[in-house]
Amino acid sequence: MKKVISILMAVVMVFAACMLFSSCTKTEDEEENSTNEAASQESTAMTAKEGVLVMATNAAFPPYEYKEGDSFAGIDVEIATKIAEKLGLTLEIQDVEFGSIIGGVQSGKFDMGVAGMTVNEERLQSVNFTDSYATGVQVVIVNEGSAIASLDDLKADGSMKYGVQQDTTGDIYSSYSVDEGGFGEENVIRYKTGADAVQALKSGKVDAVIIDNEPAKSFVAANEGLKILDTEYAVEDYAICIAKENTALLDAVNEALAELKADGTLQQIINKYIPASLEDSSAA
Amino acid sequence: MDGIQAWFVQQFTELKDKFILCFIDGDRWQWIFDGLLNTLKITLFAGLIGVLIGIIVASVRSSYDKNSESLALRGGFGYHLLRFINGICQLYLTVIRGTPVVVQLMIMYFIILKSSTNGVFVAVITFGINSGAYVAEIFRSGIMAVDAGQFEAGRSLGFNYVQTMRYIIIPQAFKTVLPTLCNEFIALLKETSVAGYVGISDLTKAGDLIRGRTFEAFMPLIAVAIIYLVLVVILTRLVGVLERRLRRSER
Repeated sequence: MKKVISILMAVVMVFAACMLFSSCTKTEDEEENSTNEAASQESTAMTAKEGVLVMATNAAFPPYEYKEGDSFAGIDVEIATKIAEKLGLTLEIQDVEFGSIIGGVQSGKFDMGVAGMTVNEERLQSVNFTDSYATGVQVVIVNEGSAIASLDDLKADGSMKYGVQQDTTGDIYSSYSVDEGGFGEENVIRYKTGADAVQALKSGKVDAVIIDNEPAKSFVAANEGLKILDTEYAVEDYAICIAKENTALLDAVNEALAELKADGTLQQIINKYIPASLEDSSAA
Repeated sequence: MDGIQAWFVQQFTELKDKFILCFIDGDRWQWIFDGLLNTLKITLFAGLIGVLIGIIVASVRSSYDKNSESLALRGGFGYHLLRFINGICQLYLTVIRGTPVVVQLMIMYFIILKSSTNGVFVAVITFGINSGAYVAEIFRSGIMAVDAGQFEAGRSLGFNYVQTMRYIIIPQAFKTVLPTLCNEFIALLKETSVAGYVGISDLTKAGDLIRGRTFEAFMPLIAVAIIYLVLVVILTRLVGVLERRLRRSER
């Protein structure tokens, strides 16, 4: 019994030490931030590393972001490059898991998160979002010849499983209980990437994949025997997330976005990755 | 003094709020609980499969190592059969030990057991086959470590090969390999944390989910770490008890 107690005590002490340490480092960060803010009044030092704009993304979400050889490509990447250009900073891209982006932005590890991220209440509690730069649509992918013909055929009685990419809005919405408009926790299988979910759909492990419209189109184009349901599952706005304290960067990015919208660069970038014909066919 | 006290109170309330956010809100503890059950299920059944495979492979490999010379002299069908099976076992060990378990898991999930819709089942099979390779070598090292004199003594007392193994070699070997075997089970338990790669909701994935939903890293990760730690401590204790019981015969 004594041993058990001593082990417990040890665990508690380690826990407490961790807490102390993390809170100490936090106050240091805050101090740093405040000096940063002071500095930003005079110059443009609103990023953690001077002269560098660190962007976090999950490069498995075509056409918004994906890897092309050793470098990154996609709508988000090009928009971020343009923003960095306007701010006179060098863009540095960090490829992390989608679920780690907001935490990293919050702690100051990344300056901003650009990952086809939807603005929602939960996320707004942790970070700020810029003005939206694109509209995201969540759609349902099914196998051709599937019994699912419309949203009404999606059942939550356990007879159907739904594949999603973990932590995306598709995951959050479909994981809600039936009363809240989802399919229930137990019927959703969460994969690390959208491609994994589509793979699972093809081999019949899930009956439908709920995912963003743009990657969905790429997946359907690349895989035979898949189709997207005509009705959207949900429609939302995409924006860039920035730490709450860093309002200087938020304002600067919003300004840059407004300029990009005004001179048509934004639309050009989107059109480059999403051909108008594809958009038309989805609207039809 | 008041400052310090206020600081502690503030820390405590912050900690409490985070705890409520991470585990109480939205019944998120349910994820941890279900994840823990899946982790235990996978580890237990994979461990059993691993021991079963381990015993079979270790018997083949050690029989071959011990008897290949004398059998080669005799030649005949038995020798070639043993050599063939030994070759298969060696191939199995090479492939399984030479590739990461995450890759094996994905190969199983997306290619070999493509039609299975039960992720936990796929994980049990994968981790079982993976663990079998390591357990086999652990058992073989135990069997080979028993002094050759023990074997000769058994044979000269009139035991045949199987009897000598069953009554003299294996009991001694088991005692030697117990700590290493325990090691393997600890490794297995922790290795199952990659099951989330193929959409299985294990303990690590549960922590990951909470992290993704609350954007709070400290609470879920530390909680998951503590649960793994407690499981390993319990496992180590149980093996310790077993070891002590087995050592009684030495006195």
